[in-house]
Amino acid sequence: MGSDQYHEPADELPAQTRTFARLCASLTEEAEALGWYEQRLAVEPDPEAAAIMRDAQGEEFKHFSMDLEFLLRRTPRWREVARGILFRAGDIVENGEQAEAEAFEGERAGSERASRDDGSLGIGSLR
Amino acid sequence: MNHLLRPQAPISDAGWRLLDDEARQRLTPALAARRLVDFSGPHGWEHSATNLGRVDPLAVTPCEGVAGLQRRVLPLVELRADFELSRAQLRDADRGADDADLAPLDRAAHRVALAENTAVFHGWDGAITGIDEASPHEPLRLGEATDGYPRQVAAAVEQLLSSGIEGPYGLALGREQYRLVVETAEHGGYPLLEHLRKILEGPIVWAPGVNGAVVLSLRGGDFVFDCGQDLSIGYLSHDGEVVSLYLEESFSFRVATPEAAVALKP
Repeated sequence: MGSDQYHEPADELPAQTRTFARLCASLTEEAEALGWYEQRLAVEPDPEAAAIMRDAQGEEFKHFSMDLEFLLRRTPRWREVARGILFRAGDIVENGEQAEAEAFEGERAGSERASRDDGSLGIGSLR
Repeated sequence: MNHLLRPQAPISDAGWRLLDDEARQRLTPALAARRLVDFSGPHGWEHSATNLGRVDPLAVTPCEGVAGLQRRVLPLVELRADFELSRAQLRDADRGADDADLAPLDRAAHRVALAENTAVFHGWDGAITGIDEASPHEPLRLGEATDGYPRQVAAAVEQLLSSGIEGPYGLALGREQYRLVVETAEHGGYPLLEHLRKILEGPIVWAPGVNGAVVLSLRGGDFVFDCGQDLSIGYLSHDGEVVSLYLEESFSFRVATPEAAVALKP
């Protein structure tokens, strides 16, 4: 039911995390609907019915994009990676690898080094 | 062994775990700046300066026919708080006591968190330009009564929007202002905390060391905390009664987009 989207006890999760999980669930549902409409359109012979489904799929494009934009705004590290991938020409996988490297490699190298030999408390970023 | 000299201390492995856990628990709720600004690093104790990508011209050159520029960097600061612990208390902890007196460590952790927040939000004279010092916006006044808080926070958000600064926005509240916000329900019983959160579309953070409040954008890239050595406990000396330790970190902080924050004075 309503709490299926949580993997941890909902009352132990902060409000921001619950909102994040709800929007992730919503994003998943919109993506599923897009796939379903795409399949229905591929087999629907009636042009009038197909037009309605095409219109409905357009709504799902909008919903998916709004969910995604919300999540990216609330998750700067995700947003940083997405910036290097979305609306960019070129090889998607290469763009993805480069975006990941730029966003995380320096941070990861620093964290690994810290936990390995610097004896710090490992607090780092709290965002 | 690194510069913290931890193996030299008369402290067991379990004792070090206890001290590190205690410090982490005390520091984490109070390190407000780390909840609101970008964090780069940790880059290690040997990291001494942040690259600014800027240069200064050099008037004199070693010989004719050449030109010289000098790189401008932002040096890191070392922030340290010393404290002493009773060796008897540490021995009790090793025996299984769960109420060892670690108050000196707790106080040191509070001082460090206070100093870090103050440096980021209000600056450190001669070393760091704080967020409110850099902001070109005229500070708003929160006033005594919490009735005016939503209006002033909304005005700050509008000022940021007018400057082309996207959200979401975060709010760092000084201790007194945070207490007032948390305890206040507006007309009709709606919590002030929730009202402010709706205006900001972002977090509200308890920020000891902040005088008043600061509204800032969380879109990223505007404020950078550059960490060398992250917060660590190091060893200084000991005698038969006490062991002298310290909490330390090295960092710089820079404001890349001064107009991305608005200060609210009490």
